[in-house]
Amino acid sequence: MSKLGNLGARLYRGEVGYDFVGKRKIWYGISILITITAIVGLAVRGLNFGIEFSGGAVFTTPKTSVSAEEIRRTAEESSGHTAIVQKLGNGPLRIQVSDLTTEKSRVTQDALAKKLGVSTDKVNTDIVGPSWGDQIADKAWTGLAIFMILVVIYLAIAFEWRMAIAALIALIHDLTITVGVYALVGFEVTPGTVIGLLTILGYSLYDTVVVFDGLKESSKDITKQTRFTYSEIANRSLNGTLVRSINTTVVALLPVAGLLFIGGGFLGAGMLNDISLALFVGLAAGAYSSIFIATPLVADLKERDPQIKALAKRVRAKRAAQAAKGESAEDPRDEIPGGEDEETEDAATGVVGPRQSTARARGSRGGRPQGKRR
Amino acid sequence: MAAPKKGRRSPGGQGRPGRVLALILIAMVALTGGMFASGRTTPRLGIDLAGGTSFTLEAKNEPGKPNAINPTNMNTAVGIIERRVNGLGVTESEVQTQGDNHIIVNIPKGTNAKQARQQVGTTAKLGFRPVLSMAPGAKTEPTPNASSPGKDKEKDKDGKTKPSGTPSASSSAAASPSAGASASPRQQGRPVTDAVKADATPSASAVAKDDKAKDEKKDDGKKDDKAKDDKSKEPTPSPADVAALQKKLDALDCTTPEGRAKANEAAAGAKPTDVIVACKKDGSAKEILGPVSVEGTNVTGASAVFDSQQGRGWLVQLKFDSTGSKKFADVTGQLASKQSPQNQFAIVLDGEVVSDPSVSTSITGGQAEISGGFTQTSAQDLANVLSYGALPLSFDVVTEQTVTAALGGEQLRAGLLAGAIGLVLVIIYLVAYYRGLALVALASLLASAILTYTIMVLLGQAIGFALNLPAVCGAIVAIGITADSFIVYFERIRDEIREGRTLRPAVERGWPRARRTILVSDFVSFLAAAVLFIVTVGKVQGFAFTLGLTTLLDVVVVFFFTKPLMTLLARRKFFASGHPWSGLDPKRLGVKPPLRASRRRPSAPVDPKEA
Repeated sequence: MSKLGNLGARLYRGEVGYDFVGKRKIWYGISILITITAIVGLAVRGLNFGIEFSGGAVFTTPKTSVSAEEIRRTAEESSGHTAIVQKLGNGPLRIQVSDLTTEKSRVTQDALAKKLGVSTDKVNTDIVGPSWGDQIADKAWTGLAIFMILVVIYLAIAFEWRMAIAALIALIHDLTITVGVYALVGFEVTPGTVIGLLTILGYSLYDTVVVFDGLKESSKDITKQTRFTYSEIANRSLNGTLVRSINTTVVALLPVAGLLFIGGGFLGAGMLNDISLALFVGLAAGAYSSIFIATPLVADLKERDPQIKALAKRVRAKRAAQAAKGESAEDPRDEIPGGEDEETEDAATGVVGPRQSTARARGSRGGRPQGKRR
Repeated sequence: MAAPKKGRRSPGGQGRPGRVLALILIAMVALTGGMFASGRTTPRLGIDLAGGTSFTLEAKNEPGKPNAINPTNMNTAVGIIERRVNGLGVTESEVQTQGDNHIIVNIPKGTNAKQARQQVGTTAKLGFRPVLSMAPGAKTEPTPNASSPGKDKEKDKDGKTKPSGTPSASSSAAASPSAGASASPRQQGRPVTDAVKADATPSASAVAKDDKAKDEKKDDGKKDDKAKDDKSKEPTPSPADVAALQKKLDALDCTTPEGRAKANEAAAGAKPTDVIVACKKDGSAKEILGPVSVEGTNVTGASAVFDSQQGRGWLVQLKFDSTGSKKFADVTGQLASKQSPQNQFAIVLDGEVVSDPSVSTSITGGQAEISGGFTQTSAQDLANVLSYGALPLSFDVVTEQTVTAALGGEQLRAGLLAGAIGLVLVIIYLVAYYRGLALVALASLLASAILTYTIMVLLGQAIGFALNLPAVCGAIVAIGITADSFIVYFERIRDEIREGRTLRPAVERGWPRARRTILVSDFVSFLAAAVLFIVTVGKVQGFAFTLGLTTLLDVVVVFFFTKPLMTLLARRKFFASGHPWSGLDPKRLGVKPPLRASRRRPSAPVDPKEA
């Protein structure tokens, strides 16, 4: 904890840090690669839709001594379709028959119950008509579209349009990766998966919003100083919120991990598993994208803004001048980035100097002085 | 966040944290009290956790009637389906609309799912059939003479029997509407009683004749196909039919719910052109009914009204469309001239006689009133039933899920276990990382849990919210979201301490910024939940609901619980002095206190009163 706390402090002060923004091209490249892989996977392998989408039936039997093979034969004979039989953790069998109409499903259910020697009521069934899945999918798409539009509007108001766009791109990035993983690994897509995917929407954005919030704060009044470019500030802000980002992601992932563990290990299959699997993949992608993609994107977009461009120019000019004068970068800062109220006070009272040099002395990358972030 | 921060008053009440805390504690106690007072201390469980059967029905417009799927029609349909399902003797079944065009039917365990499915899956059929014969509800000994209609029991609701000297119209003369209303005059002039005595069911003959008429007048169009189908299967009138009908009537036992259910099922399965035997809803009578003379779809509206002017009490008014009014006028004209019970017509819904008013005059003009002996409820029920006849909707079963109690219990246990594991993992992480602060997080999580639980229980009663597996998942995922808010705040406080502040100012100064981050991110989360809830159907909705609820509660808890609690704790020595286990030890946070603290503090613009 002490170590972590110290790391947090040093990250906070910018003594250590990773140049997320500066190395963005690498991460963009990696993301593009992953995304392309995902898209290719999706195109080539397609998604493995569960019966909820294709129509069909899933039967779960009580604990039974009848063998899976026998059950499979019964199911196939009575339904006329291929059946997949799975043994679940502690004895029950899960029989999945796709492309089955509602009426035929009932025949199969009866046949299975007879075979098992139990009453029909004892066989768990989940019968889905073929049109149902389309509707779920349609609604999910509608929901996705509406949500994205609303979120872009909201973020554009709460932050600014560049952040909204960056957040949207990060979001699409997360969704693509998650869907790609599903296509490549061949996990079954069920309503649970859709729920998981749609939840990622909120969650991936939650993460991004936390980072952006810090960015917005630290980049306030950025044009009033000439020490740092926007990208540099963005990077510092990112490093400053890193601990928080990691913590929130870990804490979000832990319950999902619990779900996944129980859903996958205990129940074998089903809703819990589907939701948590999609969530797990999506959350991980979301944490990655809000740090490595969203913020650098904002910086990229921002650097195109004339004001920020001018700022970058001024900063460069100033640095060149300083270099010419032989001054070191550690000079007391002349202006304060971030425009925090107390920073202004600090500056006025000249408090910053010593802190600055301490930080410098600790020797960290970038040589960026302290700014208030978030 | 710039300068004016220090003057800002947070809703957490910097000045009176105790009061705010007390407020939310009172709210929690009130909710808990409300929960116990309401008599249920566990949330309603969905079918997938409690066991049972769940259907999703999808409404379809009847051909030629677009725009029939609207909230009014759907709600009427829900009422009818509820009636049918509860007719099976199911308790605690629930029927509700979902989205625009879906109806969810949940039937708890211990019900015959097959029977329920039949009830739910078939389209309700409403029709007006003339009463041919009536008998008390109980099983009757077979009478040797099959020609005893009417003498069994004269049941005349309105007491308006008009002895008619000219029983000229056989009840069946109205012709089955399904045969295109091709009433043939040839059928008339044959008294029903005669017909029955003559060992030919009037209806059978009528239908047969109809079909002949049909053959002659092909232009009658509309329902040709059906009529032709019927023709091929229609038995030629034979003495056996009448005998069989009478036998059927005798065998019918309308006094027990099971008997009625059986009778209704059989009657509902009959074609509109068939002569049927049916039970009265209350089991008081059983009746032989002629073919459908006016179909329910010809009813355009029905309402229950209270007649105060003529003192007739509650009555039901109904309106017919043009086809319906013509047919109704015809049939009432014929019925009016007959003796009881043959001057009665039965309103049959799904094979059950809901009402059998008698007719005194021919009712023309497309409007009719049914009066006599109604209470408000019964009048409204009947109006409801009649309106359903006007519903141009049919329903398909699109999903069906049967979960045994065993599996349901297992899923519930798994969900709870997953939640517990998730919670423990989160707690371990928080304790390891935040030490003493984790206590605050735990207390806040607990507060959040209590609020969520009680509200879920109360909502279960208020709006029928049922906790299903996805909802449990939503709640578990929410642990993370809720804990995230605390992390955002704690990290803020730590940052402030790193700036060299002592705890009390740090807690206050960190709050406005943390608050904004929490609000913005929770808003996004809530937006996702709301959109999900509105546009999706089925299981996704349960998940979205929990997620939205917990997000809202997260804001409530952070504002009214965590923040005041932090403020209070900041006054404690354990935290304020930065005890190594408090999670706020400046040294561990990497503060270089000697220099900064002394230099900074004077400039830290924190109003001491606020802390």
